Amino acid sequence: MTEAKTHDPSLTSWYVGEDFYQDLVDAFTDWQTDEREVDDLALRDTCRRLLEKEARLLDRCRLEDWLALYAPECVYWVPATPHGGDPRREIAVSFDDRRRLEDRIFRLRNDFAWSQRPQSRTARLVSNVTVFATGDRAELMVRSTFLTTELQAGDKRTYTGWYGHRLRRLEDGWRIVVKQVNLIDCDRNLRNPSIVL
Amino acid sequence: MTQDEAARRPNRLPTTQYDYDALIHEDRVHQSLYTDAGIFREEMRKVFGAVWVYLAHESQIPKNNDFVTSKLGLRPIIVVRDNAGTIRALYNRCTHRGATICRQPSGSARSFSCPYHGWSYFNTGQLSGVPWPEGYGCDFSDPKYNLAQVPRVASYRGFIFGTLNPDAPSLEDYLGPVRQPLDEWLDRHPGGKVAFCDANRLKFRGNWKLLYDNSCDGYHVIFSHRSLLAMENRLVAGNMPEKGMAFYKNSPDDGPIYLKYFGNGHHFKDKRATVEKRPGALWEIEGPHPGMERYEAALRARLGENADAVLDLASSEPVNINVFPNLHILGNHVQVSQPLSVSETDTTWWGTAVVDENGALHGEVDAVNALRMRTQESFPNFGEVDDLMNFEEIQAGLAAEEDEWVYMHRGLDVPGRITTDADGVITGPSTDEVFLRETYKYYRQLMTAEPDIAITREVAHD
Repeated sequence: MTEAKTHDPSLTSWYVGEDFYQDLVDAFTDWQTDEREVDDLALRDTCRRLLEKEARLLDRCRLEDWLALYAPECVYWVPATPHGGDPRREIAVSFDDRRRLEDRIFRLRNDFAWSQRPQSRTARLVSNVTVFATGDRAELMVRSTFLTTELQAGDKRTYTGWYGHRLRRLEDGWRIVVKQVNLIDCDRNLRNPSIVL
Repeated sequence: MTQDEAARRPNRLPTTQYDYDALIHEDRVHQSLYTDAGIFREEMRKVFGAVWVYLAHESQIPKNNDFVTSKLGLRPIIVVRDNAGTIRALYNRCTHRGATICRQPSGSARSFSCPYHGWSYFNTGQLSGVPWPEGYGCDFSDPKYNLAQVPRVASYRGFIFGTLNPDAPSLEDYLGPVRQPLDEWLDRHPGGKVAFCDANRLKFRGNWKLLYDNSCDGYHVIFSHRSLLAMENRLVAGNMPEKGMAFYKNSPDDGPIYLKYFGNGHHFKDKRATVEKRPGALWEIEGPHPGMERYEAALRARLGENADAVLDLASSEPVNINVFPNLHILGNHVQVSQPLSVSETDTTWWGTAVVDENGALHGEVDAVNALRMRTQESFPNFGEVDDLMNFEEIQAGLAAEEDEWVYMHRGLDVPGRITTDADGVITGPSTDEVFLRETYKYYRQLMTAEPDIAITREVAHD
């Protein structure tokens, strides 16, 4: 891991290794237990505001500002399997490390990404925010329910499901380490899933 | 149609209400092929009912009693490996009143029971029982009460096909020379096989043929995928090799990429000659993917010079192998297209994983697959979405009925572009539309004939 620390995650993908995947799968297994639910209102509000800010930035297509909410070593994960599955053995709808997230933004900012020309308009509702403690005080898991309406080519569509956010407290505040997007139709055919969900 | 046939299928449609010779010309086809619901309905019979249609992959049903649901045209099908190991394609339609009997996309079951009135069937298709049989005056051992099934089901190296046409050639003959690139694609993997590992599932509002028309098209790449090409190469600097589909840049007709038309609508675009023939060359042109530096370093440390060949297995194989009407093998994906209506199509990009039963990968199969999952997610996320948008916009453009023609004459009447060998296999440059013209000749042949579609209810084993 010391070697990984010397690499810029925007340029190389040193942090996505076997240990990273194992930790990811472990973190997203059996985490939504009642006894771990966080009561602290201030902490819950901090998490809620972070999720609301994320939705607001995405709706305004401020993609670079959105990515700044993420830790340097992060994952945006849209499983194709209900409950997540194991990304080492299964294709996901999307599984982006930081570099691929920057690829994604680069492409969306390119004038020739036809699936986003004209650019979609979106309105995101994020609700039912529930915060769960982990064994690490600097880390929280958050479940929320989302409903994203997209206007693309004059046609309204919806994406809905629940988010699993893994948050970590870094020196400058809470950052998103993992965003898992669980679409209710993750194992069904999706029409032009080219926006950030 | 004889009187007997009319009695057997009282609702059988007249052969056609369309003049396909007027709709399909050498250089162009009529817009109604993509927009007319009546033509679509005929296709479900004359194309999907007449040829071998891909249904499923054997790795989806590895054990006896495993099943996966599929479609043959619009017909709902259960592909099952029955209790005795025979692969069958059962109609997912209760003999009694027509309800689907299997509503799970996959699973394992020795029998299927209709949720509506409880008729149940063994996974051979044989009726096993009906509730309160004393209320019936018939003999339920008559096979007419068994589930309908596709009469001819066959596999080619793991790919399961079915046909309703008793007059169709054998599957091997139907595939013909497209088997060679298919064999080569499989044989680059240990044991000559792959296993499905979930999918990128997409859909578009457009006719299914828009996807087939695109499948061997080397002309669209640098335009439709311009954003992907830019993205894959945004970090390339100095003497680094260009990444991904950069081999299409400049003048793709003068380079080593070529396409072949094999007959029966099958075609093949081969980009392998753009890559040096040495271990590791394919891996070198992979665009950036999650985990690639970390896994590569670990594999090189553990395997030394053997790492290159292993890394190539995580890399996208630069071929497009298209099996008419619904199967495409490209990169490491098995892409299946599924018409839903004249203007709606599902396209499912099955990921494939490497299987290593004999230790050919020095124990690194899990590392290869962890990389290979990520390489496969790239094109559906950043390339296919742009194609699908273009397909939808073609469908929108074709609403202009009186602007009648869709042109596919690139290469036509230009001397020296195309060669035809003794077996009739046509070879041309990668941007030539000869593959479209030849496919539509075959399509016209299908649409002007009437297959004698048959189902069976016999449950005899192979």
